[in-house]
Amino acid sequence: MKKLVWFASASLGAWLVLTAQDFGITVSKNREKPKIGIPDFRGAAEAQGFMGAFNQTLWDDVNGAGLFDMVAKTSYPTFAPQQPSDFQASASSAQPARGGGRSMTDWSSPPPQLDYLAFGYTAAQNGVFVLSGWFYDVRPTVSNHQVIGKRYLGTVDEAGARKTAHEFAADIIAALGGKSIFGSHVYFVSKRTGNKEIWAMDPDGKNQRQITHFNSTTVQPAVSPDGSKIAFTSWAKVYPGIFIFSVDPVRDLRYYNQSASVNETPSFTPDGKQIVYASSAGGRCCRIFIAGLDGKGLRPISSSSAIEVEPKINPKTGSEIVFVSGRSGPQQIYKMNMDGADVERLTPGNGEASNPCWHPDGQFIAFAWTQGYATGNFNIFTMDVVSHKYIQLTHSEGRNENPSWAPDGVHLVFMSNRSGRKQIWSMLADGNQPQQLTTQGENESPAWGK
Amino acid sequence: MFNKRKFTIVWMAVMLTMFAAGCKKKAAPPPPPPPPERPAEVVKPPVAAAPVVSQFAAEPESIQRGQTSTLRWEVTGDSTSVSINQGVGVVQKTGNQRVNPSDSTTYTLTATGPGGDTTASATVSVSAPPPPPPPPPPPTATVTLDKRLESDVQDAYFDYDKSEIRSDSRDALTKDVAALKNILGDFPNATIVVEGHCDERGSAEYNLGLGDRRASAAKEFLQQLGVPPDRLKTISYGKERPQCSEQNESCWQRNRRAHFAPGQ
Repeated sequence: MKKLVWFASASLGAWLVLTAQDFGITVSKNREKPKIGIPDFRGAAEAQGFMGAFNQTLWDDVNGAGLFDMVAKTSYPTFAPQQPSDFQASASSAQPARGGGRSMTDWSSPPPQLDYLAFGYTAAQNGVFVLSGWFYDVRPTVSNHQVIGKRYLGTVDEAGARKTAHEFAADIIAALGGKSIFGSHVYFVSKRTGNKEIWAMDPDGKNQRQITHFNSTTVQPAVSPDGSKIAFTSWAKVYPGIFIFSVDPVRDLRYYNQSASVNETPSFTPDGKQIVYASSAGGRCCRIFIAGLDGKGLRPISSSSAIEVEPKINPKTGSEIVFVSGRSGPQQIYKMNMDGADVERLTPGNGEASNPCWHPDGQFIAFAWTQGYATGNFNIFTMDVVSHKYIQLTHSEGRNENPSWAPDGVHLVFMSNRSGRKQIWSMLADGNQPQQLTTQGENESPAWGK
Repeated sequence: MFNKRKFTIVWMAVMLTMFAAGCKKKAAPPPPPPPPERPAEVVKPPVAAAPVVSQFAAEPESIQRGQTSTLRWEVTGDSTSVSINQGVGVVQKTGNQRVNPSDSTTYTLTATGPGGDTTASATVSVSAPPPPPPPPPPPTATVTLDKRLESDVQDAYFDYDKSEIRSDSRDALTKDVAALKNILGDFPNATIVVEGHCDERGSAEYNLGLGDRRASAAKEFLQQLGVPPDRLKTISYGKERPQCSEQNESCWQRNRRAHFAPGQ
């Protein structure tokens, strides 16, 4: 259970290259996901007004981790404990109130048949929103039931209630070997103001905020490894060029673009000290370049005469780059070393492939591919860059592009127009639990960072 | 019954006969009485008087070149024909006619009758018009650069995922050469931007490169035909600025283009 992400071995038959479905990034190692129950928490006094937001956030976070079998609230006993003393020791009572909820066995036996139960209460005390949260392993075979018993503090408002719920959920997920995505950020392009600008939001779609105000066309956000900077491309200074901003506070770090009709698709090196990008400098568009964060010390890496864009350096090794090239015809995904040598095509050559994004483990990429569909109808795939085996995560539900891994390596964000307009969605690495994060205007090109 | 039918048949026969007769000729009216005999006494006809031109005038008498005047006339007495020279020709005894002589002209009306001819004349004086207002300034001075590019310069279109100039685009760009040279001459300080555009299907990132290649290919073609390259800039918009958004080949083709716009 400690290791979340592992890759089932698959036999290496030639047929599997085309039909591999038995390999993939699996979200949970357990054949049977742990069954978790979270009855609605109640709040004392002022806190009660924020409990709708609190309970929804707690449920969504734990459910969104993709690790658990969330048991529906309708199957719970009528009485939900609010603190450990609410449980009657089943052994000490001659006639435990079976089915009422006061006995732990009411929760561990059918109908809920839980493995774990989260419970607690909130109160507004001296102007502070206080959550008292417990997470119990209710299985009878376990001697020490309490996994978590902790107090969480926030402001007495909806934001404070959500914060405590996020933190409690993060502890629950961590206790079972996962990693919460709460606290990470998704950058994306939104056209809701009329112009494409860079925006940011929390991984659940909350707290959406505008980062750039160029009133131009601004696209292709990428996040630095430490989450402190973003790089992107904008026509704000006439020609498409690269910008690097710090995000807290938002500030233009004044990247100096080399003179070229196109500088685009920046991404950070694993040490965060340089960027790789595509440029038309010194020839036709585009070759892959590397440069410092101020634009100095630039040098080309690739020398192809084809269009080459979207370089992404392996975050684990720092020694290889995946990128998109038209050198063999329709755009495909390639890999090369940092010196441009040992070029290898990863996608087989059919359809059009784009938007490669490294999994944090440096073994897998997610990407968009039209294989099996009409030109322009991209779906999200993942691929093992060593074996070239791939699996398809979306299945022609509109156009699906620009996948980006969460820092936990379990979630992905991507753009889909399956709802009718381009919006940002998240899903688990196995393609399950798709969730729409944006609704206002058109939104695209998400990048998930710390 | 029988008698009634017989009567009807007879009656119809009579009517048909009458109708048939009517078809041949109208029922002849009784002949008019013969005209009375002319009186035997021969009256000597009176001596015919020449016709009288009671009016012949031009109104107005003076016009500027290009304007018209109206001739009015009235002939009384016994006349057999009335005519006006200067191309007007035979006219009624009374009438009017619009004329627009380019120079001063005297019109002569001749009324002919058994009693002789009578003539009258009317003169229309034509003066030179005032000098025309100064001609409107040549279009280059008021039509903006983007209007000129829009009306005079054609887009060049491309195949999917290609930046080669295909034959119809060669024709379009070849025609564009003269127009671009004229426009650059009329706007000596302007630069023209060759924009590269793509359809929506490929990835946005790749299309930004493809649009750059399309713009460059169009510029190089124009340069070879003598358009000064320092007056042409290229910029790629990839698929960020489509001119249509329908998902069909007709719209996709419209968006796969090199387009000309004023420089910044």
